Amino acid sequence: MNFSEVFKLSSLLCKFSPDGKYLASCVQYRLVVRDANTLQVVQLYTCLDQIQHIEWSADSLFILCALYKRGLVQVWSLEQPEWHCKIDEGSAGLVASCWSPDGRHILNTTEFHLRITVWSLCTKSVSYIKYPKACQQGLAFTRDGRYLALAERRDCRDYVSIFVCSDWQLLRHFDTDTQDLAGIEWAPNGCVLAAWDSCLEYKVLLYSLDGRLLSTYCAYEWSLGIKSVAWSPSSQFLAVGSYDGKVRVLNHVTWKMITEFGHPATINNPKIVVYKEAEKSPPLGLGHLAFLPPRAVAGPLSSPESKYEIAEVPVSLQTLKPAADRANPRIGVGALAFSPDNYFLATRNDNIPNAVWVWDVQKLRLFAVLEQLSAVRAFQWDPRQPRLAICTGGSKVYLWSPAGCVSVQVPGEGDFQVLSLCWHLSGDSLALLGKDHFCLCFLETEEGVGTASGQRGDHT
Amino acid sequence: MGDWMTVTDSENKNISQYTSETKMSPSSLYSQQVLCSSIPLSKNVHSFFSAFCTEENIEQSIAYLDQELTTFGFPSLYEESKGKETKRELNIVAVLNCMNELLVLQRKNLLAQENVETQNLKLGSDMDHLQNCYAKLKEQLENSRREMIGLQERDRQLQCKNRNLHQLLKNEKDEVQKLQNIIASRATQYNHDMKRKEREYNKLKERLHQLVMNKKDKKIAMEVLNYVGRADGKRGSWRTGKTEARNEDEMYKILLNDYEYRQKQILMENAELKKVLQQMKKEMISLLSPQKQKPRERADDSTGTVISDVEEDAGELSRESMWDLSCETVREQLTNSIRKQWRILKSHVEKLDNQVSKVHLEGFSDEDMISRQDHEQETEKLELEIQHCKEMIKTQQQLLQQQLATACDDDTTSLLRDCYLLEEKERLKEEWSLFKEQKKNFEKERRSFTEAAIRLGLERKAFEEERASWLKQQFLNMTTFDHQNSENVKLFSAFSGSSDRDNPTAHSRPRQKKPHSVSDGSPVCTSKLARSLPASPSTSDFCQTRSCVSEHSGSVSALNVTPEESRPSQAGRECADQKWSVASRPGSQEGCRSGCSLTYTNSHVEKDDLP
Repeated sequence: MNFSEVFKLSSLLCKFSPDGKYLASCVQYRLVVRDANTLQVVQLYTCLDQIQHIEWSADSLFILCALYKRGLVQVWSLEQPEWHCKIDEGSAGLVASCWSPDGRHILNTTEFHLRITVWSLCTKSVSYIKYPKACQQGLAFTRDGRYLALAERRDCRDYVSIFVCSDWQLLRHFDTDTQDLAGIEWAPNGCVLAAWDSCLEYKVLLYSLDGRLLSTYCAYEWSLGIKSVAWSPSSQFLAVGSYDGKVRVLNHVTWKMITEFGHPATINNPKIVVYKEAEKSPPLGLGHLAFLPPRAVAGPLSSPESKYEIAEVPVSLQTLKPAADRANPRIGVGALAFSPDNYFLATRNDNIPNAVWVWDVQKLRLFAVLEQLSAVRAFQWDPRQPRLAICTGGSKVYLWSPAGCVSVQVPGEGDFQVLSLCWHLSGDSLALLGKDHFCLCFLETEEGVGTASGQRGDHT
Repeated sequence: MGDWMTVTDSENKNISQYTSETKMSPSSLYSQQVLCSSIPLSKNVHSFFSAFCTEENIEQSIAYLDQELTTFGFPSLYEESKGKETKRELNIVAVLNCMNELLVLQRKNLLAQENVETQNLKLGSDMDHLQNCYAKLKEQLENSRREMIGLQERDRQLQCKNRNLHQLLKNEKDEVQKLQNIIASRATQYNHDMKRKEREYNKLKERLHQLVMNKKDKKIAMEVLNYVGRADGKRGSWRTGKTEARNEDEMYKILLNDYEYRQKQILMENAELKKVLQQMKKEMISLLSPQKQKPRERADDSTGTVISDVEEDAGELSRESMWDLSCETVREQLTNSIRKQWRILKSHVEKLDNQVSKVHLEGFSDEDMISRQDHEQETEKLELEIQHCKEMIKTQQQLLQQQLATACDDDTTSLLRDCYLLEEKERLKEEWSLFKEQKKNFEKERRSFTEAAIRLGLERKAFEEERASWLKQQFLNMTTFDHQNSENVKLFSAFSGSSDRDNPTAHSRPRQKKPHSVSDGSPVCTSKLARSLPASPSTSDFCQTRSCVSEHSGSVSALNVTPEESRPSQAGRECADQKWSVASRPGSQEGCRSGCSLTYTNSHVEKDDLP
């Protein structure tokens, strides 16, 4: 495992191009495009103000930089560095901007969700979509880029509009039987749309592409409902994480629940491997450690090495007592991700923040649990193989694969705290994003596997 | 009751008096009693007499006494008067008799009194006892009454508590209901307010929209150096009804494709499942076919017909390419036949289980008995022989002694025969020793035989156990079709282990059973194992294992099938089984007992050339 040098970064804006050739990152008002392999700067663009959002077009030819504060979007071309485009939303303001899947249209959401403006880079035409709903996930393109589903709110009712992306024609428009629609998401095959209600009511609605309601699902009433939703890459399962700390998996044939994954704080089943991150006591001795309360202050200079140990069952995980009187309590399953090969599902229960749960989707049971020393910030699956990268806001990155688990210290001086990460398309490298810096981590496949299995071998 | 009480009280006093009169022996008590009762009496009598009769009134007294006595039925004290005038004479004899009689009477009375008193005492004590009992029972009654009251009280309290709890529960339920109602009402209120707010918000939004968008905001614009081409190289098209229709078409196409894809997948899955079912069925048929002769032979009961049905079904299905049939018919056929097969298999396994348990209970002891009988017969025979020998020896000894005696009688003859006798003696001695040796041999033989019999019994027991476990395992394994391969491997290893262990038994046991065939194992695994055959050991090992296997299968067949009925195909299968047992036992020992160079891939094997 090799690490690149550390580059500057702001606002965690760092993205690989969809074709995997380039890496775009932002430093204040500058956009830097590097070669993903050599990390040499390919292009450097200067925007008018601090960049708050970037996005590659699907064909990797353009990059969009949104400057929300100014209500501006600047678009840069990789092929023609002198080409430029600036979209000003004026006094309407701007809160979100994204590419359409064809890479020739930009969808800008104005402040207060007054409308969505569709700007074309090919023609002068501008389309407006009124009444977009201000919600968690109100805009969803199908994987093939043909359709756009948009959550709308009119006359105190929720609607979903399906547009054809090629000419922005409205294909279907239907109301959803929700109190307050919170999000919509297409199945990867683009034929089923899942829509879910806000957390006040547990409700999942499944619509066919032609607007027919396929099914509704409600697990329970009264208490807080859905927190996260994820489709499996095969479109076969819909995993719904909720505030009761459970993931319910719906199947695509009957749209009924086939299993329920609870996240108990104690793990008794001896078949489940529980990896527990443990600090390696530093060679300096105990006196040194005594001055440093663990990990709260643990600066990168003194951050101790850590390793995984296989804990003996029964294991009880650290739980967080949620404040019941506050809004958005830290309970329930807040993050869900299927591995690209459909075999695994990784989840995080927010009141057990240090643990990542990996479920075996084939056998529909818990496979492994990773307990970190601090709260899990983000995790992402390798797009090529069942390998999960996890970061906890410390100076380490953690990799899990069915063969084992490994904790890697990110080298380099200074306080490099990994707050987020993203995989390269090929799964060969991983961008680790800190507050002010980022670096790349190159995983040579054989070596990576070797260390992982070695690690496991050490402990089993 | 009060009277009674007083009486008993006095009685009690009496008794306490007696009892307080110390711990004397009953006899002394008795005597005292007697004294007590007799003394006042005598006193009375004495005083009476002293007052009654004086010198002056003898006549009157006598007369009075006479009168009294006659009234009591005694004879008169006077002699029979001869004349009226004559003074009646006192008859001394009569007086004495009377006296005597009175004394006797007195004694009798005393005795009676004593008896009565003891009786009284006894009754008193009985009474006392009963009184005690009564008191105790009364107390008990009181206690239980109290207890009952206590219990009733507790019961009442519990009921009260229960009622309270019920009340509480009801209250809670009401509370819950109320809260739910409150929640619901709040929710509706909230929704209502939300709606109101949203409406306001929408109004505002609309207004804002108008303000922001309609004043020809020059700022809202896109500056672009030059328009780029579309990604697909086409030009943008006008929106027309045509495009709308095209979009619809496309959408339905996508949906259709998806459904087709899913249908294809489902079909594939179905086919796969059907295949599995079919295979399962085949295996079941192959498993159950050797078994079917028995029920058929026994009686034309339902199972037999079912099996024949199944066979027909199987033939039919294998003839047609069943996959292409519509689901309905095939499914019905398949599920029905499999259900039938499964039932048969189940009953079969149950039967086997029963048999195994029976074998454990009875069969084992039966065989043991037989062996013991054999043993006893043999020992008897030996003993008889020994007896015979002993008798012979005895007669010879007698003869010898006779001869010796005669020799003693007649000196001359003895002298003459001396040399003779010596010679004969020598010979007899020799014979004697010979007999002794023979006897010893017999003894030894007998001992060894008993030992052998014991060992045989033990071995037989072990073998039975082995067989039972093997059978069980085999049939358990047959039931699990899903994990066929792994299971079979497992079964297989278990099998090989048992065969190894059974080897000595197999040798020591008379091999009268012919190895025939319950096919164990599925075709899949047999073929698999057959592949591993080439690496297996020499033919000698083959023979060895085969013998074991045949032992096993023989025993199995003995349970179910008469060997004559098993068919060549089964034999072939059996042969396959042996194959795998061979593969599993690489390092077998002993040599081949006969030159068996059978090729086990043939389907015809059963030559049973083992002794």
